[in-house]
Amino acid sequence: MNRKKIVSTVKKLVVKANTELRKDVAGLLRTAYQDEDNRQAQEALGVILENARIARARRIALCQDTGLPIVFLEAGADVKISRALIDAIQEGIDQGYAEYGFRASTIDSDRHLSYSPYITHIGFTRKKGFTITVFPKGFGSENKSQLKMFNPTVSRESIDEFIVEAVRKAGCDACPPYVVGVGIGGTSDSCLLLAKEALIGRIDRPARDTSAGKWETSLYEKINALHIGPMGLGGKYTCLAVKIKTAPTHIAGLPVGVNISCHALRSASATIRDF
Amino acid sequence: MELKTPLSEKDLISLKAGQVVLLNGTVYTARDRAHQRFIELLGRTQALPLDLKNKIIYYCGPNIKGDTLGACGPTTASRMDVYMKAMYIQGVAATIGKGQREPAMRQLCKEYKRVYFVTHAGCAAYLRNRITSYRLIAFGDLGAEAVFEFEVEKFPLIVAIDTQGNDIYERLGTSSE
Repeated sequence: MNRKKIVSTVKKLVVKANTELRKDVAGLLRTAYQDEDNRQAQEALGVILENARIARARRIALCQDTGLPIVFLEAGADVKISRALIDAIQEGIDQGYAEYGFRASTIDSDRHLSYSPYITHIGFTRKKGFTITVFPKGFGSENKSQLKMFNPTVSRESIDEFIVEAVRKAGCDACPPYVVGVGIGGTSDSCLLLAKEALIGRIDRPARDTSAGKWETSLYEKINALHIGPMGLGGKYTCLAVKIKTAPTHIAGLPVGVNISCHALRSASATIRDF
Repeated sequence: MELKTPLSEKDLISLKAGQVVLLNGTVYTARDRAHQRFIELLGRTQALPLDLKNKIIYYCGPNIKGDTLGACGPTTASRMDVYMKAMYIQGVAATIGKGQREPAMRQLCKEYKRVYFVTHAGCAAYLRNRITSYRLIAFGDLGAEAVFEFEVEKFPLIVAIDTQGNDIYERLGTSSE
């Protein structure tokens, strides 16, 4: 295992995720800025875009809440998952956060502040090598997560109502315009993970499955009809996108999880093939 | 409109919900654990590490490396609602944060003639440019949750709750409703 390479890759991802607004997010924010006709809301969107320019140029974090560092690890058939690999990722996280002065926001029961233990979610693919995604999640938005265990025969309207209500309850606390991740199916724990995973992929493209795409669009419209807007100032953009991920579930239930991201949806990925 | 700290009672009363203000002067950071410490010290009738009278509290846990201040945007204000009355009794003039507060905060702002401001949430690099200097004041062991003094220049604010108890976010309802 090329420990040095893994550490340096993770470190780069930490810096990129925290200081460079994702291109898909920036694109949707620019569109919103051009389209918004509520002057105050438009100005707030302008400040969000200006913030991204400053953060990138000066390598300052987009948000002082540099989040709980979450890592998604997708391991190929040739990858041996080991403690050493996980430790190398931790070292990359620690070095990246410390070197750039990103906030240590993790606290343990002894009130010790650190960047660890970061949370790793491991998945497996048939491809070679592994893909690491660093996903710093701020808690202003994480605190607004919602879970509901529906009956299996629940109507689409009831699910929509729950999702829209989750955003309404978040109000403007979680830094709108939001990206709303929805997980449907699985178990109580895994559907919330699905909701978070929904935020990793590109958010400016419609879902491959057209019926899922239609559902996402209809939720997008319902959420934007709340008119919360940037800083709660109203306007057309309470969310930039809604992304749904589904999984099979038990015949006796239908878990639905909502994970909201602020406008500073941060993640950065890299694939390592020679390790 | 520009304002300079300390804010007089006249300044505070003149502010109206929705008004945009550029602030010059001094603010003090405090968030969850600094507030908890304040309350613990007050409970033991011990002196606070700083006199809160006429001070502006900024709900912020900044990024700091050595002597360099990094990102420093606002955190969610409603988590500090529970401490608000005690802070007003200590003389805090205004608070700066993000998001909606419990409806009871409108009454408190009215009763004590205090103001809640919001600033650009999630725009911590942009706000960094409006801070000219900083220093540690208290609770250094709390890391980013310590109390820092920030000198600010044209720090952008919107009056969210004014001294009449008007709240720009009333139209959004509350999470408990």
